[in-house]
Parts: sequence; structure tokens; C-alpha cells
Amino acid sequence: MTIQTVAVAGCGTMGAGIAIVAARAGFRTLVYDTRQDAVDRARAQTEAFFRKSVERGKLDAAKLPEVMGRLTGTTRLEDLAAADIVIEAVFEDLAVKHALFAKLDAVCPPHTLFASNTSTISITEIAGGSGRDDRFVGMHFCLPAQLMKLVEMSPGMNTSAATFEAAWAFCKALGQNPVKTQDSPGFVLNYFLIPYNNDAIRLVEQGVAEPAEIDKAIKTAMGYAMGPFELLDLIGMDTQVLLCEAMHGLTHEPRATCPALVKRMIAAGRLGKKSGRGFYDYKDAKMFGA
Amino acid sequence: MAYTLTDTGGSRSFPVPHALTQNAASAGDVAVLIGTGAGAAYRAMADAASRAAVLIELGTECLGVHTGEDRGKEGGNALGFARFRLGDADPTNLVELVKQPATRPESLAAAKAVLEGAGLVVAVCNDFPGRILDRLLRPYFNATLRRLDEGLASAEDMDTTLRLGLGYPEGPIALLHRTGLAAHHDVTQALHEALGDPAYAPARRARVAKERTQG
Repeated sequence: MTIQTVAVAGCGTMGAGIAIVAARAGFRTLVYDTRQDAVDRARAQTEAFFRKSVERGKLDAAKLPEVMGRLTGTTRLEDLAAADIVIEAVFEDLAVKHALFAKLDAVCPPHTLFASNTSTISITEIAGGSGRDDRFVGMHFCLPAQLMKLVEMSPGMNTSAATFEAAWAFCKALGQNPVKTQDSPGFVLNYFLIPYNNDAIRLVEQGVAEPAEIDKAIKTAMGYAMGPFELLDLIGMDTQVLLCEAMHGLTHEPRATCPALVKRMIAAGRLGKKSGRGFYDYKDAKMFGA
Repeated sequence: MAYTLTDTGGSRSFPVPHALTQNAASAGDVAVLIGTGAGAAYRAMADAASRAAVLIELGTECLGVHTGEDRGKEGGNALGFARFRLGDADPTNLVELVKQPATRPESLAAAKAVLEGAGLVVAVCNDFPGRILDRLLRPYFNATLRRLDEGLASAEDMDTTLRLGLGYPEGPIALLHRTGLAAHHDVTQALHEALGDPAYAPARRARVAKERTQG
């Protein structure tokens, strides 16, 4: 099948980033959220990102109207009937995802592929509530999606070979770098990342070192692009709690349990970059990479 | 800041000449002790108390092993340090500088000045087994080796995912093979004994590599 129209369901940080990737690659892109303010904010962030791309010489200024013209925001789920593939990027909650896909199954034509950007929940479990588990695939983009090339692609137990092949080809057409992983909790990336970030937080809880010293050590010694606390501030403490709960609920591994410090930071309003303060202080709320 | 250097031999931080070892003076406010006998050299120093700072190169042991401890009030002018190094790889530019609860701020500042003056990057930590990097990295390394055994993905796919997904210059499996699985075994085994945390227990592949070095 040929994919021409892409829909992204959910206008959070991930959804907006995936929409940028799709529009940049030349696909007509529908961006859906239940809240108009979320749709408007995503569009503003997207335009700011593309304007910065023009300033940096990565996008021809003459093409900016064309690229933005490919993006359409909507709060009407029915509009997603035009999509050849719907990529879901909503809250990491199985019931929320099941409810969304059940509605989409009623709206979208039979050929429409469903994909989930879940980072922790089983693809097979989400697909089980979608009404089309043979046309369902995991497509886990990495944060920030508009800058990161990796996509973990996971077939569910009932995903057809044709669906996986079509989704794989679509991922390459997006200009991304797909990697095949098993449908296992956290796939590869989050299976290792969530406990690693928790370990870093526990070093702070236990008084081993300050966050900035830990970040400096890991970046200097290992050449990592970001330290764990810079990354956690980007992920957000509210998201880290959900990631931990999902991972620990599935694996019961002690390192996946959420450190108490994260919950105290949420109570104190220190969610990370999104709230202006996390392990570090921030002065603006620009999208990463803008 | 002028400093003296005492090289007791076998330093993992400075196996070859470095600006820190080459720019030492015959007299100075700071004393730098390197090598496997650095702790013993500290205890034998007659003028340790008069120095602005004394830097003791550490292995996997805590600084308190050399200075003694006193109900959480320990600390003075002695600091521990080690250049981070994975197995057989060259030492990195990162120095973990170890302080104690009552370490004097002026001693910490003097120690940082000497190390940074030699072009090293300093990360300050308290006196815990594994300091920052071994404490943080070894459970992650063990998990990657275990999941490789369990067939989560091929070694190449796991490395690719972690490189592209997290901006790591090298995946963990390739890194451990390049720097030595047996060396990883030795460090994580020492931390397992010190901390009692099963996450530090050497992964099967590290145990196998260690056993093969023992004939």
C-alpha cells in the first residue's frame, strides 16, 4: 500500500515532533487532539521549529509555506478518516489508548494502518483493543522526535507481515532509521533508560553527588550527548512517574521503581523544562532544537 | 598552584606521562600521591597536615580507608581522586574528586585548581563505593549483558538502538568487548561486595570472561 496521508493523534511533545517529521518528509499530515489549545500550541511550536530550520540553512525559506501547508490541525476525530496511517501519541494509559483506537476503528477505512508511539506498553495489548490487531504496529520515536532518527518498530503477536513491511517502508520514507525490536516491556531503549535514570536519581537521593556533577562526569567520561538529569528535565517528572509505573508493573524489577524524589519534585512543581524548573532552572519554554 | 608529586607505581590514572605528572614542583602547597601505594604514602607523610590539600589516588576503595572516619565528622585537607577508565582503555579526561563531610572548602578548591590546571575535568562526589561513574554504569552494563543472553535483540541492534536513541558514541556491548569484560567483572564484583545490591552482581558473560583469564 502507498501511504500519502499521515495522522498523528495527540499534540504533546512527542506528537508535535512526529508531525514535524511527517510534514518535513512531504506527507500530508493531520494533527489531532481533543483540545483546540493543544492543537494551536503544537502548530505554533512547529512553525517556530521550521523558521529556526530556515535560519540555520536546513530548510529553504521558499519551502516554508509549502511545508506548513501540509499540516492541518483538528479536534474532530472524523477528519482522521482521510489517513492512511494513524500514529497514536497520547498518554501512556492502556485504557485511554484502547478508547481512542476503538473510535478510530469506527472512523477510518479498512486499509488505514494503526501505529502506537508507546514507549512501555505492549503493542499486542494495545492492538487487542484496536479492532484491527493485524494492521497494528509499534513505532516508538525518540525524544525529541524532530531531531532523533531512531524508531523502534515492534510487531504485535497478530501483526501481519504486510503491515510490518508497509510500516517499515513508511518509516524509511520519513527519513528515519527503523530498528526491529521484540514486543517486550520498554522495547530496547526504555528497558535500559528508565532504570538507568532512576539509578541516577538515587545517587542524588543518597548524597553521592549533585545532578550537575553527575551530568558532567557522564558526558566527559563517556561522550554521551546528554547527562541523565538534562534528559530527565526534558522527559518531565510527571512522565517519568508514568514510565516507571508502566515498566515496574510489567517487569517488577527493583530498578524500575520510581524514586521518591521524583514524586516530591512533582509536588513542588518542578516537572522539568516544561514547568521552567526541574533538576535545573530554565528561562524559556522553547521546543528543544528550536 | 604549585604541587609536589609522589608516584608509588602502578597508577591507573596516569600510566603514561601527563601534564599533571610532568608539571609537579619540588615543593608546593598541595601534595599529589599516585599509584597503588598512594594511601600508604599518605599515612607515611610527615607534613600532610601542613598542606593546603593532599590528593590520594583511589582504586575501588573509599577515601575513609586511608583517612579514617569519625561518625560523619571526618574530613580535612585530604581528598581522593581517580581518573575514570574502563578496563584496558586509556584513562578519560574526567577526574572524580572525592570529598568527605567535613572536607575544608579551601582544600577542595586547591585540589580542583591543581587538577583543572593540568587540563582535567573535575566532578566532585562524596565518599561512596563506585563514586559516580562505576556506581551508575555497572548495573546498566550488567543489564545489557543479561538481556543479550535473553534474546531481546542482537548485540548489534541493541548497540545501534542505544547509540541512535541516546546519542551514545558507542553501544554498551561493543564498549565492554573493547575495554574488557573481565575488567568489568572485577569492578562490578567489588561493588557487589561493597553495596550488596544484586544489580552489581557480574552478568554471566562477564563471569565467563573472567574465568577464561584464570585458565
